[in-house]
Parts: sequence; structure tokens; C-alpha cells
Amino acid sequence: MTPADGFDVDDAGSGTGLTAGTPAVDEAVLRGLVPRVLGALVRRGADFAAAEDAVQESLVEAVRTWPASPPRDPAGWLVAVAWRRFLDATRADAARRRREAEVAAEPPLGPVTGGDDTLWLYFLCAHPSLTPASAVALTLRALGGLTTRQVAQAYLVPEATMAQRISRAKRTVADVRLDRPGDVATVLRVLYLVFNEGYSGDVDLAAEAIRLTRQLAEAVEHPEVSGLLALMLLHHARRAARTTPDGALVPLAEQDRTRWDTDLIREGVDILQAALARDRLGEYQAQAAIAALHADAPTAQDTDWVQVVEWYDELVRLTDSPVARLNRAVAVGEADGPHAGLAALAGLDPSLPRHDAVAAHLTERAGDVERAARLYEAAARAAPNLAERDHLTRQAARLNAARRP
Amino acid sequence: MAKYLLLKHYRGAPAAVNDVPMDHWTPQEVTAHIQYMGDFAARLEANGEFVDGQALAPDGLWVRYDGEGRPPVTDGPFAETKDLIAGWMIIDVESEARAVELAGELSAAPGAGGKPIHEWLEVRPFLAAPPTITE
Repeated sequence: MTPADGFDVDDAGSGTGLTAGTPAVDEAVLRGLVPRVLGALVRRGADFAAAEDAVQESLVEAVRTWPASPPRDPAGWLVAVAWRRFLDATRADAARRRREAEVAAEPPLGPVTGGDDTLWLYFLCAHPSLTPASAVALTLRALGGLTTRQVAQAYLVPEATMAQRISRAKRTVADVRLDRPGDVATVLRVLYLVFNEGYSGDVDLAAEAIRLTRQLAEAVEHPEVSGLLALMLLHHARRAARTTPDGALVPLAEQDRTRWDTDLIREGVDILQAALARDRLGEYQAQAAIAALHADAPTAQDTDWVQVVEWYDELVRLTDSPVARLNRAVAVGEADGPHAGLAALAGLDPSLPRHDAVAAHLTERAGDVERAARLYEAAARAAPNLAERDHLTRQAARLNAARRP
Repeated sequence: MAKYLLLKHYRGAPAAVNDVPMDHWTPQEVTAHIQYMGDFAARLEANGEFVDGQALAPDGLWVRYDGEGRPPVTDGPFAETKDLIAGWMIIDVESEARAVELAGELSAAPGAGGKPIHEWLEVRPFLAAPPTITE
């Protein structure tokens, strides 16, 4: 399919329709409608797997017929066709007679209420009865429209395993009847996981997380949704500067800030400011505020570390997270000097991930090079990933080399 | 999610409780053991936790570079090698506790007399991909 002018998704219900003479259907636009259509079917009583099959068939039908006769309301068209396919399939399956009776009793199909149905699907895919890994997989499959193979490749597991993980997740939520909105926080946690713990592969999971969070922000007004979106944009802006061409990590202080994406930063800051203005602070807004302060500094030395510490205080208050306290110690070290940073570190559990790395950094700045080298060595041994281990090993090697006569 | 390697040793692990070599079992016991391992892998796949499982031949070679333009030097196998890996299973699970639980189940595979081997398995976490947000 070739990209075409297509229709405006936001305006899909108002009769704009496909541009006359459009030769093909815009696949990206079609994919963007899937969550609404799937959400509409599931909400009207179709089980997840059957709804997905029906939506798939409606897409095939759309690609076939839309070029010749574009619908006035593409989302409504897809829901109507998919619903009909679902009923056909249900009728054809004798074993599903009971369910047919149930869905027949459902009220007739009303107008498609875009945002609501999409939102509903987000809550279902992040339902608390799912494990985080299952929620991530189901979200990428049902909301992101990725194939099972793509999700499997992204998380480095065999396709058969991912297929099982997804179908178990669908079974788990099959009987969930959401009669009220779920907790937005559960949805945000899943999207955060997709963004932050994504593996690299053919699928750009960070970009996918941003797309899904944008879509969520369109469906629901919530300052923390905006906060998470801003957080993602502000970190995504640094992507080009975060690693060397051979994959080594470049710490924030050493990044070439001219390579940060200023458009993404501007957008992230605007979204964050609008969210903060609503005066309902949450952990994602606080994290985004910290990222925005870094984005605002032309060099690491110009960072407003006092404000960074204040935001970490907020974050600690909101989350009571030991990781936030650890990062706060780093900021205190920059704002008030390494001894103050080490004092802030003193009360924390030494078994925290990255504790030794933070201690090494502050100890070196305090002038105890020998002890810093030992701490970097210990931090490298405990590093949870290869890129960090390599970085910490180089730090230890640098200090050890400097100490040799 | 995190990936773990469950490592099984021919030699080098502490002695199992039911420490009888496989070629001293009855044929039925060997079959039951293989069945258990196959069922275990199938169950992990159905759970969405299976990544890989492989067995290794006990005999292999030691190889090292011997300088520019020269063929690599080979040696062995060494009968006295202390640590000899028999095979592995790779799992993708929610937590270390789950990895330990599964390794415990794998170690319960039946051996001589149809009783669990209680074999020691090594559980090693993979180094993951670095997270984006660290500050």
C-alpha cells in the first residue's frame, strides 16, 4: 500500500471521508483505528480472540473496498463490518450458541464513541490480573497492532512462546467485564515498561510506547498521562547522544547536547507545563520535570541542581522509592558537593542496584581515588546489563591506570 | 521479565541426592526421565516462559589461537576437566524467585528407582539490555 492523503482520523466521524480518487488505503491510518474498533467489539461482549479475528477480517475488507467506495465514517464502517463478521462466526460455531444468546441480548450498536472504546481496551490490556510481561505483550499486540512475531523478536523469545503468552493473557481477561474505568496508573506502568525496558530489535519499542501514550492522551484527560508522555519525549530526545556508534553508553554529563532533538524537547516541555498547571502532581510529572531541567541546561555544569534536588524530594515523597533516593544522592552531590552526596547515600541499602556505581562516582569526586576504583570494580561485577558493566569497567580501569606509577 | 540460564553439569556440580549414573538406571527409568524433561519444556512453552533448551555432547576440544598464519592449536578432551556442562534451559520469567522455583522442579526429574534426582542446577541471570531512564 502506498501512503495516501487518506482521511483525518480525528475527524473520521464527521464525514470527511476518504479523498476522492485515493488509490489505496493508508495502512498507518487503518492501524490507528484498530484499537477503537477492537475496543468497541470487546465492550459489546465479544471475547478478545474472536473480536480480533473479526477486526482482522474487517481490515481486509476495507483494503479491498475502500479505494472504490470510501466510507464517510471509517471507524463506524469497520465496527459495523467487524461486528457482523463476529456474529457470523459466532452463529457458525455450534459450541458458541450460549454466547450468541448473550450477545443477541446486547443493545443494538450505537454510534462509535472513539476515545471511550480505545480507553477501554487500554484498561483491559493492562488489567491487574495480568503479569507485567503479559500486559506488555497484549498491549503491543492488541493496541499497537504488532504481529506476534514482532513482539517475540522485540523481547528475544521464540514466536511460539510469545503466542502462548498472548493467548494466555487473552484468556485471563476474557471474562473481565469492565463496567467502570480502571486505574490509569496500571496502564501507565505498562507503557513505561514498554518504553524503558524495551529490547532493541526490528521493532522500535520506544517509538511504539510514545505512539501508544499519545493515543492514550487523546482518549483521556489526565495530568499523569501527559507527564509520562513528556517524560518519554524528553528522554527520547537524547537518544542519538546516549550511545557511541559502537554501542557504548555515554553518561548524561558527557553527552554531546547539540545532538539532542530540540523539537522533541520543546514538545515535551510544553506538554509537561500544561500538566503541571493543573496542580495534580504525580510521579511521572516529577520525573519529567527532572528530565526537563537537564534538557534546559546547555552543559552539565549549567544544570540547576538545586531544583533537580527539589524535584527528587517531590519524587521521594510521591513514591518513597529507594531508586529515587539513590538518584537524589547523585543530585545532592552535584548541588552541595560530594560529601553531602555521600551523606545522602549513607542511609540507603547497599544492595540497591547501582548503589556502588553512585558511591564510586561520589567517592572519586571526594578525592579518594583508590577507594573509588574498588567501588567501580564492585559496581561492574553487580551491573545488571552489559553496557553498564562495560562503562563501569572502563571507569575502574581509568582510575587504576592513573594510580600506576 | 528477566532471562535465566538453568545449567546442568555432567561434572562439577555438588553431588546429587539420588546420585546414580543414568546408564545404571532401568530403561523404563530413562524413558520416564526423558518424558519428564519433555513435559517440563512443553509446560514452560505453554506458560510463555520458554526460550531455549539444548543438550551438549560430553566430548569436545579445547582450542586456542597460535599466532598469525598458524592454524589454531587444539587439545583435549581432558578427562580431568572439573567442570563439564551437559546442557541448559533458558527461561524468561517475572522474577528470580520464579527462576528458582522452576529450577527446583527441573531438579526433581526422576532418576534411579523412579525417585527425584535432587540434582544441583546452576541458575545464572542474563545481563539484560540497559534501561533508557536511569536518572
